[in-house]
Amino acid sequence: MSKLLKSRELLLAAVIALLLAVIAWRFPGFVRPRNLANVFNDTSILIILALGQMMVILTRCIDLSMAANLALTGMTVAMLNAAMPGIPVPLLIALGVLLGAALGAFNGILVWKVEIPPIVVTLGTLTIFRGIIFVMSGGAWINAHQMSAAFKAFPRTPLLALPVLSWVALFVVALMAVVITRTPLGRAFYAVGGNPTAAVYTGIDVGRTRFAAFTFAGALAGLSGYLWVSRYAVAYVDIAGGFELDIIAACVIGGISIAGGIGSVGGAVLGALFFGVVKNALPVINISPFWQLAISGGAIILAVAFNARAERRQGRLILRNREAAA
Amino acid sequence: MNAPSTGSGPRAIPDRLEGRWTSLFKSWETLLIAVAIVVFVVNALSSPYFLNAWNLSDATFNFTEKAMIAMAMALLIISGEIDLSVAAIIALASTAMGVALQYGAGTPELVLTGLLVGLLCGAFNGWLVTGLGLPSIVVTIGTMSLFRGIAYIILGDQAFTGYPPSFAWFGQGYVWWVISFELVLFAAIALFFGILLHWTSFGRTVYAIGNNPVGALFSGVRVGRTKFILFLMTGLMSGIAAICLTARLGSTRPSIAFGWELEVVTMVVLGGVSILGGSGGIPGVVIAAIIMGLVTFGFGLANVPGIVMSIFVGLLLITVIGAPMLWRRLKREHSA
Repeated sequence: MSKLLKSRELLLAAVIALLLAVIAWRFPGFVRPRNLANVFNDTSILIILALGQMMVILTRCIDLSMAANLALTGMTVAMLNAAMPGIPVPLLIALGVLLGAALGAFNGILVWKVEIPPIVVTLGTLTIFRGIIFVMSGGAWINAHQMSAAFKAFPRTPLLALPVLSWVALFVVALMAVVITRTPLGRAFYAVGGNPTAAVYTGIDVGRTRFAAFTFAGALAGLSGYLWVSRYAVAYVDIAGGFELDIIAACVIGGISIAGGIGSVGGAVLGALFFGVVKNALPVINISPFWQLAISGGAIILAVAFNARAERRQGRLILRNREAAA
Repeated sequence: MNAPSTGSGPRAIPDRLEGRWTSLFKSWETLLIAVAIVVFVVNALSSPYFLNAWNLSDATFNFTEKAMIAMAMALLIISGEIDLSVAAIIALASTAMGVALQYGAGTPELVLTGLLVGLLCGAFNGWLVTGLGLPSIVVTIGTMSLFRGIAYIILGDQAFTGYPPSFAWFGQGYVWWVISFELVLFAAIALFFGILLHWTSFGRTVYAIGNNPVGALFSGVRVGRTKFILFLMTGLMSGIAAICLTARLGSTRPSIAFGWELEVVTMVVLGGVSILGGSGGIPGVVIAAIIMGLVTFGFGLANVPGIVMSIFVGLLLITVIGAPMLWRRLKREHSA
């Protein structure tokens, strides 16, 4: 199995390399290390979010509320910063992560204790979170001049040739690689998604594992919330609107099976990078950015079709997880 | 969600389960009607402008187009699939009509274009899900980007306007007094899907597939074909909604109907259709659609922004789904 997974990631890496080669043939500037570092930096937030979503999808759930969670925590830290510029940035980041984790835990509790299907839960919390942002901010924007200099500077600060934002993404990738492959919790994610009934018999608490996945994903969304508003130096109700589907798309392209139990950190990162390369390459090769949506749509369908071929099994139904409730 | 599907465990043999389930199901719609009446009375008391035939008629436009899609979506979700690309189909169908208009199409051609694009998109979704055997939730996230992406490629930041007045009637016309064409069309569609789901063998097979696709297959149900037809119907309804919406707005932008897919799914689930498939009915979805329309309209009259209403809808969704689940869980733990 691991061989198969490896080859799938290799294939995706090859597709990205091919894409880069084709672009480089006409526009060699695009593949200069400096520009590639920019592309990576531009994709950092998507990578962080895709890794959070990956944990949730591994357990056979789905989180549609990640972008709304990001927006809510982003707006909260931005408003705090605007109201009280004295609060040190690390404290704000910690607050963002905690708030995000709390919002994720709310999803998790509803999935775990109330047994509402995850898609319904996160569909509901997605609209609730957005609504709360509006109530909180009164629909007003927090603009760059209201944010403190330190608040905006943190993700841009260069550190060993890369901005801090990129380093944060690299740190999250490393952390997730350890959690997923080297801890009992990581094994539990795969077990719960691969076969919930068998997981119960091996002593894994399916509900608690899903709760953990939602909470972790929420924490990463909270972290991204701060990174998003400070990087773009603006916060309003609709930031990252529609981004929840981009996150899922990055996971799907990265070979993470929506049926649960299949996927890897490398896949999620490559899936997000594919998005980043396409998005950054379009203006360079003179294609209207309006093509981006259709291209990612086509890529999702191709990736799903390809993955399904590789993992075809009998009787997998994604919307049904009744057996897990046993 | 029906009684026979609790196959595992010691309480596998249903005894008086059937009767209680039907009564619970009945009480679900009773509950929805009660909610609708409460919303209606609260609105009538809080705003002097609410109880006005023309205002109420305006209120119906808040839900008719979404509700048309919700009818077909209800069947699709009962069969265990989902279509998240419906709003994107509206965008693509509306864009196609705009293109047709540029080539001098009249009203009949415009309508035909909308219907045809809806059907084609539905067929594409259906082929990906039933032909290639892909999970519908991801496939339709993909086609959602693809369909709306094509609309963006064609239109960019432009807009099509200048639809003929005879076309505008589909979105703005009234059949009789305050009864709009859209409302009549929605009633007809609801009636059609209600009969199809509850009174025909096709409807029975939809429930059978939702409850147990493998079992349905072995009972001689053509599972793939049935699902394909359901995707086709959902596409067609999205095409019809696109015609109504385009006619009502009088213009096409690629961002048209953005985010509607989640509202349509909310409507269906609020109406008592289980997202796990296999249970639910058309009457509940119709009432849920009316509730959402009334709430939107009432909040609008009270000058409450639409986004605040979304908190209400989100909470309603979670409470309404969560309460019975929690109740069942407590009951199970009690009896275990």
